Amino acid sequence: MIDAVAPGASRPLFRIVLPGIAPLMLLASAAAMAGLILLPLGVVFQEALAKGLMPYLAALKETDAIAAVKLTLLVAAISVPLNAVFGVAAAWTITKFEFRGKSVLLTLIDLPFSISPVVSGLVWVLLFGAQGIFGTWLIDHDVKIIFATPGLVLATILVTFPFVARELIPLMQEQGSDEEAAALTLGASGFTTFWRVTLPNIKWALLYGVLLCNARAMGEFGAVSVVSGHIRGLTNTLPLHVEVLYNDYDSVGAFAAASILAGLGIITLVLKTVLEWRHSGELSASRKH
Amino acid sequence: MTDFVASPPVIRPGGTVRPRPRRWKEHSILPGFGLSLGVTLIYLGLIVLLPLGVLAMRPWEIGLDGIVRTLTDARVAAALKITFGISFLAALTNGPLGLLIAWTLTRYEFPGRRIMDALVDLPFALPTAVAGIALTTLYAPTGPLGALAAKIGIKTAYSPLGIFIALVFIGLPFVVRSIQPVLQDLDRGVEEAAQTLGATDLQRIAYVVIPALGPAILSGISLAFARAVGEYGSVIFIAGNMPMKTEIAPLLIVIKLEQYDYAGAAAIGVAMVAISFGALIGMNILQMALARRGRT
Repeated sequence: MIDAVAPGASRPLFRIVLPGIAPLMLLASAAAMAGLILLPLGVVFQEALAKGLMPYLAALKETDAIAAVKLTLLVAAISVPLNAVFGVAAAWTITKFEFRGKSVLLTLIDLPFSISPVVSGLVWVLLFGAQGIFGTWLIDHDVKIIFATPGLVLATILVTFPFVARELIPLMQEQGSDEEAAALTLGASGFTTFWRVTLPNIKWALLYGVLLCNARAMGEFGAVSVVSGHIRGLTNTLPLHVEVLYNDYDSVGAFAAASILAGLGIITLVLKTVLEWRHSGELSASRKH
Repeated sequence: MTDFVASPPVIRPGGTVRPRPRRWKEHSILPGFGLSLGVTLIYLGLIVLLPLGVLAMRPWEIGLDGIVRTLTDARVAAALKITFGISFLAALTNGPLGLLIAWTLTRYEFPGRRIMDALVDLPFALPTAVAGIALTTLYAPTGPLGALAAKIGIKTAYSPLGIFIALVFIGLPFVVRSIQPVLQDLDRGVEEAAQTLGATDLQRIAYVVIPALGPAILSGISLAFARAVGEYGSVIFIAGNMPMKTEIAPLLIVIKLEQYDYAGAAAIGVAMVAISFGALIGMNILQMALARRGRT
């Protein structure tokens, strides 16, 4: 079943030249993928169901678990749309206009990718924590940001900041602005041009970016762990809930919560792959493989 | 395309070419520049620049002395060494491993290839805490792979090797996804020419394929390295977190914060950002040098 194909070439090169190496490389790759990627995924579900289906379902129905799921959804529901709006605005600025300082702006947008998630949480504590810059003011006015939902949202936004912009910028760069210019010349308003011309052109890439942004937002651990305070049922997102249960040696509970997140990861992968297959022409070139 | 594009030069009578005086922004008939730039800058300023500015300022309240004392403290220095050292080793390991998988995915057709291709991104999609507890369960002395390693006397989880495994897991997609498009576009004619001229397979791979892929491999390695340095969720479960031995720098930031040592935490944070920035610049220089050599 192992065929060596040369894309673009009519004759299979390796079948003649390398009779032995292809199966060997395949085997090595498959072993690496299995040991490093498939086994960890499998172990999540195996441990979650280690004591059978009923304990698994009971762990999922626990009040703290449900509160964690709700909080995770809430945080993602606030941070993902904000980053999506920002992503569109940033991509519009960068790809439709020529101005000085553009490459600096691009670098700054990418900056959060190169910062440790823990640092992305730390910066908000430095601003709003008890000994942070606005700490005393916040305490005096009884506003809670750190160890509360706003802190979780801020940390998540910083970590997922570049995701949507990163997908849109290369695509809109490739598309140019001829279609928008035509619409404007024909008398469309700026908003109509964006709504009827630009948005349909970028919708799949936007969805792709939102998908990745959402996966990271719901799964983020390091940044939210710094600002959360780990208050059960109140400031624990699902990944933090996993940690608390795991450290309590509640294996079934931890892996049951982890299985929801693993399911989210698998769904994200499936949707992402479908987008890449069906709409590869409408994603940026770097996503077509 | 990302650079500033100058206006077309003005050709003067007499033939001298003089660049048109650059304006801050080129004229465009598209609307919305002010609005979109405004939204971008305000959001960027509030979410990224203001917090990072505060991070950069905070350590100075303990003075340069205090910063040096914090960073040279044996436990902090050990954590920085462990973080950057193991991240570097893991990123290096991802090079050949990523090349192998990218090669298999682009050059061979086999059942399940597309599923394998999609699964490469699992470390991106799987929340790090989940990856952390799953890897720990697998590689703990009682876990299936950990027990196997223990039989031949190797300790995997709760040792530096455990950190290494987690970081290889996290970094793998970066290398595969950097190499894949380049490998796909690689001109097969050159390889065939090498073969016709009598090159063995090893020679063809070593002298034709690898040099062409060099910049892509390096860029993948540096992305994997940058990610590994900051990684927290997948590492803290498997590391065992013993001070001086398996304690990573991000964890030490968390510990300092719990002790309300904000300045110390910020100092470690700034040091991490600075070191990874320096490493990335170094990698970029190496990459440009490689690309230049590949062209000539």
